[in-house]
Amino acid sequence: MQWQFSNDAPIYTQLIQQVKVGIVTGAFPPGERLPSVRDMATEAGVNPNTMQRALAELERDGLVYSLRTAGRFVTEDNTMINAAKRSLAQRHVKTFLEAMLGLGFQKEEIISLITQEFGEEDGDHASA
Amino acid sequence: MPVLECKGLTKRFGRATALEDVSLTIEPGRIVGLLGPNGSGKTTLIKLANGLLTPEGGYIAVCGAAPGRESHGQVSYLPERTAIPTWMTARQLLDFYGDFYQDFRREAAEEMLDHLGILPQQTIKQMSKGTREKVQLVMVMSRAAKLYLLDEPIGGVDPATRDYILSTIIGNYNPEAAVVISTHLIADVEKVLDEVIFINQGHVVLQSTVDDIREEKGMSVDELFREVFKC
Repeated sequence: MQWQFSNDAPIYTQLIQQVKVGIVTGAFPPGERLPSVRDMATEAGVNPNTMQRALAELERDGLVYSLRTAGRFVTEDNTMINAAKRSLAQRHVKTFLEAMLGLGFQKEEIISLITQEFGEEDGDHASA
Repeated sequence: MPVLECKGLTKRFGRATALEDVSLTIEPGRIVGLLGPNGSGKTTLIKLANGLLTPEGGYIAVCGAAPGRESHGQVSYLPERTAIPTWMTARQLLDFYGDFYQDFRREAAEEMLDHLGILPQQTIKQMSKGTREKVQLVMVMSRAAKLYLLDEPIGGVDPATRDYILSTIIGNYNPEAAVVISTHLIADVEKVLDEVIFINQGHVVLQSTVDDIREEKGMSVDELFREVFKC
C-alpha cells in the first residue's frame, strides 16, 4: 500500500481514509487479519499511537473488528464495505464539484465535459 | 509517573541564559519532538536530562528521580556527534554495549546490524558517515531504556538513511518508554511524533500533539514552526 499524507489535516483522519481505501480496493481483503499496529505504523511511517487511534475509530465504525488475542480483522460484511466505497466516492465527487463550480462551470457544462471525456477515452480504446 | 518532568528549570553558562523557567512533562509511550531553531536550548535540555549538565535552578526528574547514577541505567542517549570508538569492530561494539548496559538487547542489535548488511568483523572506521549514524542509533535503540534522548538523529544524513532511522525508532516503540527527538527537520519527523515541544531562546513556547495542531490550525507542524519562528 502507498501511504501519502497532506499537510492540512490530522494524520489519524488521513490514516482512516487510507485504510478504508485499502479495504475497499481489496489491499486488505474482507475477513483478513490486519498486520500489527506496530507493523502498520512502520510501513506507513507514522507514530504507533496515531495508527492505533485510526484503527480504533475504524473499529467503532465496524469496518474492522478485533478478537481479543488474535488481532484485528477486516469485516466480512460486504454491505458495509460497499457503503464505505460509496462514501469515499462521494467525497471525491464533492471535491471535484467544488473545484469545477469554483472555476465557474454550471451543472450542464460539467456533465457534458464528463461525458465528452468518457467519449474520448472510449475513442482512444477504439483506435488502439 | 512521567518519564521526564521539569519545573522552573534554569540553566546558565556564565552570563548567558540557555534555559529559563522551563516546565514540561513527558509521559511513557510518547514520541516527542523537541523543536527549535539553532541555539534555542534543545541540546542543553537533553544534557540536563541525562545528567551531563547540572541546572542553576528548578527541578528535573527522570522517572521521579534527579538525573544521576540510577537514571543513567534508564536513559539511552544519542549525542549530536557520533561518539562510538572508531577502532572497534561491530562485534566489539556489541560486547562494549553489553558490558556497559544491563538492559542491552544484543539479539535485537545483531538483527538490525545484519539487516543493514554490516559484518561483525567490520570496523567503525571503515563505515561511511551515514552507516556510522545508523549503527549508533541501532545501539541506542537496542537498550530497553525508559527514556531515549536522541539529539539531532537525522541531521546531516541522506533521505534514505533518514527513513531508516525513523522506521527504526517506530519499530522499537515501547509503550512503557518515551522517546525525545530534537531536530529542526520537522517535515521529516512530524508523522512519527505524538507531541511537539517548541523551544525558543531558552523558553518553551508550545507543547501540543501533532494532530491537535493540524486539527486546530489546519496546517502541519512544519508550517506552524515556520510561522512561529519566522526570521
